[in-house]
Amino acid sequence: MNQYDAIVIGAGHNGLTNAAYLAKAGLEVLVVEKNDYIGGAAVSRELHEGWIYSSCSYVCSMMRQAIHRDLNLTKHGLLLVPYLGNVAFGDNGETLVGYTDEEANYNALRKISPHDADAMFRLHADLARYAQLIRKTLLRTPPDPTSFRPRDIDELLWLAKQFWGLGEKELYEYIRFFTMSAADYLEDYLENDLIKATMASAGIIGTALGVYSPGSAYILLHHVMGDVDGNIGAWGLARGGMGAISQSLAGALQESGGKIRLNAGVRKILVRNQKAVGVVLENGDELHANIVVSNLDAKRTFTQCMDEDDLPSGIFNKAKNFKIRGSSGKVNIALSGLPKFKGVPNNRYVNRGGQAFVGSLETMERAYDDWKHGCWSKDPFIESVIPSAWDPTVAPPGKHWMSNFVQYCPAELADGPWTPEKRNTFGQTIVDKIERYSPGFRELIVHMEVRTPHEIEAEVGLTEGNIFQGELTIDQLLFNRPFPGYAQYRMPIKNMYMCGSSTHPGGGVSSACGANAAREILMDLRLDNTVPDDDFYDE
Amino acid sequence: MGDSNTITVDPFEEERPKETHFHARMAVLNIRENWAAWNGYKLANYFYDAEYEYFCVRNGCGTYDICGMQKYFVSGKDAEAMLNRMVTRDISEMNVDRVTYLVWCTDEGRLIDDGTVFKLGHEHFMLTCGSPSLAWLEKSCYGFKDVSIVDMSERIAALALQGPTSCEVLKKMGLKDIDTLKPFGIKHFPFGASKDKPLMVSRTGFTGDLGYELWIKPELALEMWDSLYDAGEDYHIQPFGEAALNMARMEAGFIMPLMEFNEALKTIHFRHDHTPFQLSLDWLVDFKKPHFNGRAALLKEQHDGPEYTLVKLDIEGNKPAEECNVYSDKGCENEIGYVTSAMWSPVVKANIALAMVKTKYLKGEIWAEIYYNKELRSYTKVSRCTVKEKPFWTHPRSRATPPLPY
Ligand SMILES: Cc1cc2nc3c(=O)[nH]c(=O)nc-3n(C[C@H](O)[C@H](O)[C@H](O)COP(=O)(O)OP(=O)(O)OC[C@H]3O[C@@H](n4cnc5c(N)ncnc54)[C@H](O)[C@@H]3O)c2cc1C
Repeated sequence: MNQYDAIVIGAGHNGLTNAAYLAKAGLEVLVVEKNDYIGGAAVSRELHEGWIYSSCSYVCSMMRQAIHRDLNLTKHGLLLVPYLGNVAFGDNGETLVGYTDEEANYNALRKISPHDADAMFRLHADLARYAQLIRKTLLRTPPDPTSFRPRDIDELLWLAKQFWGLGEKELYEYIRFFTMSAADYLEDYLENDLIKATMASAGIIGTALGVYSPGSAYILLHHVMGDVDGNIGAWGLARGGMGAISQSLAGALQESGGKIRLNAGVRKILVRNQKAVGVVLENGDELHANIVVSNLDAKRTFTQCMDEDDLPSGIFNKAKNFKIRGSSGKVNIALSGLPKFKGVPNNRYVNRGGQAFVGSLETMERAYDDWKHGCWSKDPFIESVIPSAWDPTVAPPGKHWMSNFVQYCPAELADGPWTPEKRNTFGQTIVDKIERYSPGFRELIVHMEVRTPHEIEAEVGLTEGNIFQGELTIDQLLFNRPFPGYAQYRMPIKNMYMCGSSTHPGGGVSSACGANAAREILMDLRLDNTVPDDDFYDE
Repeated sequence: MGDSNTITVDPFEEERPKETHFHARMAVLNIRENWAAWNGYKLANYFYDAEYEYFCVRNGCGTYDICGMQKYFVSGKDAEAMLNRMVTRDISEMNVDRVTYLVWCTDEGRLIDDGTVFKLGHEHFMLTCGSPSLAWLEKSCYGFKDVSIVDMSERIAALALQGPTSCEVLKKMGLKDIDTLKPFGIKHFPFGASKDKPLMVSRTGFTGDLGYELWIKPELALEMWDSLYDAGEDYHIQPFGEAALNMARMEAGFIMPLMEFNEALKTIHFRHDHTPFQLSLDWLVDFKKPHFNGRAALLKEQHDGPEYTLVKLDIEGNKPAEECNVYSDKGCENEIGYVTSAMWSPVVKANIALAMVKTKYLKGEIWAEIYYNKELRSYTKVSRCTVKEKPFWTHPRSRATPPLPY
C-alpha cells in the first residue's frame, strides 16, 4: 500500500508523538525514518555489548506530563527516574555540591558564600516565576500577532494577560531576559564566581552563545523550566535510556494502528498544485498521503527535501538563513567502575549525581572563543551524568557509563573538514579534562562514542548538529518559530505541516511540538481535538 | 553534684522507641534522622529522600524493616480449624510453604485487621499483621483443645526486599533457585555458619512489584543485612521508609489501617469501621467453608450490598486529593463519599486516590473537591474522577516465575 491519510517524515520523539495522536484520531498514519532505528535525538543505542548509551539527549525534564499520562506511556514501558545532586567543579579544584535537601544545599552554598546562599532564594523565586509563564505556553499554539482571526486575537489576549499578570516592573525584567546574557543576569544576584559559573552554564547548553552573549539568559530559563513530578528544575533519566521515551511513543502509535517504516529516508516531498501529496524515498519509492508532516528541522525540510520552485518566494531563503549553528559535542564513555571525583564526598548519593565541569565564567568564555575561531574548546565546559548509577538496565552490574555533553564543538573546523583523527583528539580533550578531576578515570574506560556536530548531523539529521533544531533566540521563538507567519505548524504549502523542535516551543525532549502540531492538523480536518493541554498543571 | 559523669541509667529509657534488629545498620543510613514509630519500634519515615526511595522500589530495589510487624505462631492439631473459624478466607486447602492474604472480622462482620498466614507445617502456622492481636487470637481459641499461640514478634527479624532487581540480589547473595519461588511461596535457605536453614524467604510484599520478605532469627539479622547489601551494591539497593512504602502501596491499590480502614475493635463509633465488602475485599470472604466469625452478618451484607465501596480513582489535574470529600455533582452539593489516600503517582503520571464512595453513586459522575496550599494561601479546586478497576501500577514481572529480567 502506498496511500495514507498522513505521512510523518522522521521518527524523532516529536514525529512519533504527532503520529500517535493522528492515529488515535483514526487516521491511517505512516512514519518514515531514514535510520534503521527510531528516536532521532531521543535514542538508546547498544554500541558496546552490555552498555546502553543515550547517544544524544541524556536527561529529561520537559516531557509533558499531560502527554505521558494521556498516551499512557507508562504502560508502554516508560519510567522516568529523577536523579539527585550535582557537583560543579571549579578551575582550581573547588567544588560546589548541589543537594536536593534544601537545608543541606544552603549549608553547602554558605561554605563558599553566605551572601550567595541567601541570594539564591531570590534567584530561584524569580526564575520560577518566569519559567512558570513559559511553561504555560508549551502545549499551546502561538498566536499570529498579525492575524485578525478570533482565535489568534484570543490567544494574543491570553498571552498579554499572562505577561501583564507579572506586574509592570517584572514585565520589564522579563523582556530584558530575552536579550540579556546569563552572566549579566546573574550579576544582579550573585558574587561568587563558581556559583555564578554553575548557574550560567545552563545558559550555554546546546547553544552557540557564550555566557556573556546576549540571549543566553533565556537559554538558562529554557533549561530550568522543566520539572519532574512538580519538582521544578529537577531532571530525570528515562529507565533504559532516552530511547525508552521514543519506544513508548511508538508503542502508543502502534496500538492505534500507526505504522513505522525504517531505512526509509525521504528524498523529496511531493508537491502538486501547491499541495503536498506525498513523499519520494531515497530508494525511489513514491508514497502518497493527504497530509505530510515533517519532523525534520526547518532548514533541512525546505532546503533539502523540497524544490525551491515548489515554495512561495522567500521561504527558501528564510530556511537557508534559519539560525541553526551547531556548538555541542557528546562523548559517551563506558566504564569498568564508578569514577571518584576529587573533593566530592564519596557517598552513595553525591558521588553518583551529575557533574558540571564549569571552571569559571572566564574559562567558559574562553571555551566559546575557541568555537568562534573554528575549533573545539581546549578547556571545554562539560555537563555529565552517570546514568548507570541510577538505572540498573544500562550497564552490566557494577559497570557504568558516563554521558558528557560538551560546549563547544563546531560543525565546521577552521582547518578543514572533520576527520576521524580530529574526532579522536576532541574525545581525548574531554577525557583529559575529566581525568584532572578524577585521577584514574582513563583506566576505567572500556569504550567511547565520540560525537561532534558532524556525526550528529550525519546520524540524526540535525542540521549542523544543532541540538534544538534551530537556535532559541528571540527572533526564532514563540510566534517567530521557525519563521514569522508560520508558527502554527502549517507550512506554506497546503496539507503540509511541521512537528519537530524547529517549531514552538523548541528543542528538548518534551513531545510538545508534535502534540501541538497534531492539534492543528485535527482542527484542519475538522476532527475532535484529542490532544490534551497543560491547563491542569495549575501552578 | 559531681556524679553527672557517672549516670548509667537513662531516665527516659522506657519512653524511647525500641530499636529493631536492623537498627544499627539503618541508623547509619538515616541521613535525615527522620524517624516514625510502629508498634513501639523506631521506623524510618525516610532515610535520604522519600521520592528517591520510592523510585528505588520501582527501578532497583529497596529494603523495608518489618520487625515492627506482629508475628504469631499458631500451632497444634486444632490450629488450622481455629484459624479457619477466625478468618473469612478458607485456609484449609493451603499447602505447606505457602502464604495467603486474609482478613478477620467481629461477629458483626466488621474488619478487625488484615494480615498474612504462612503455613509452615501441617499443624504450624505463622500469622502476621500490622497491630498487636494476641488478645483476639487467644479469644479465638475458645472451644479448641489443641492450639497454642506464641507471640514471636520480637523473636523474628524480618526485612522486605522489593523491586525489579530483588531476585537478582538474592541470587547474588547465594540463595540457590530463588528464581523458582512462586508468588506467595516460601523457601528455606542455609545462611552463615548455621548447619540448618535459618533463612526463610517468602515471595510477598506490599509494593505491587516483584518482591520478597526475609525472615531470620535476631542473632543473624545484621549478618543477613550485610550480606544482602553486599550483594545489592551493584543492583541499586537502598533502604526505604514509610513514606515511600505508602506511595508504592497506593499505586498497587493496597489498603492501610488508619487510612482505608479502622480496626473494628478500636473504633468508638459503629459505622466508622468497615466490612470486607466495603473495602472491595469480597474475594477474601468464602461462604462455602464452615462457620466463621461474622459469617451471618457478612451474608446479609453481601445480600444487601455495602453502603459504601472502596474504589480507585484517577483524578483530573495534579493536585493530590488528600482528605477531601467527593460529590455526585460539580457544584459539590450532594456528598457521596470521601478520599482515604491520595497522591500524585510519579510512575504512572496520574493523580490517584483510594476513596470510599456510596455504592449507589458509583455509576454516575464523581467529583472531588480538592484543597491545596500555595505560599500560605489555600485554594479549592473541583476535579472530575474516574473509577479504575485495575491497580494503578502492576508489572508482569511481579507474577512471572522465574521473574522477568529487570
Ligand atoms: C547531543 C544532544 C544532547 C541533547 N541533550 C538533551 C537533553 O539532555 N535533554 C533534552 O530534553 N534535550 C536534549 N537534546 C535536545 C533533544 O534531544 C531534541 O531537541 C529532540 O530530541 C528533538 O526531537 P525531534 O523529534 O523534534 O527531532 P529529531 O530527534 O531530530 O528527529 C528527527 C528524525 O528525523 C529523521 N530524519 C532526518 N532526515 C530524514 C529524512 N530525510 N527522511 C526520513 N527521516 C529523516 C532523523 O533520523 C530523526 O529520527 C539534545 C540533543 C542532542 C543532539
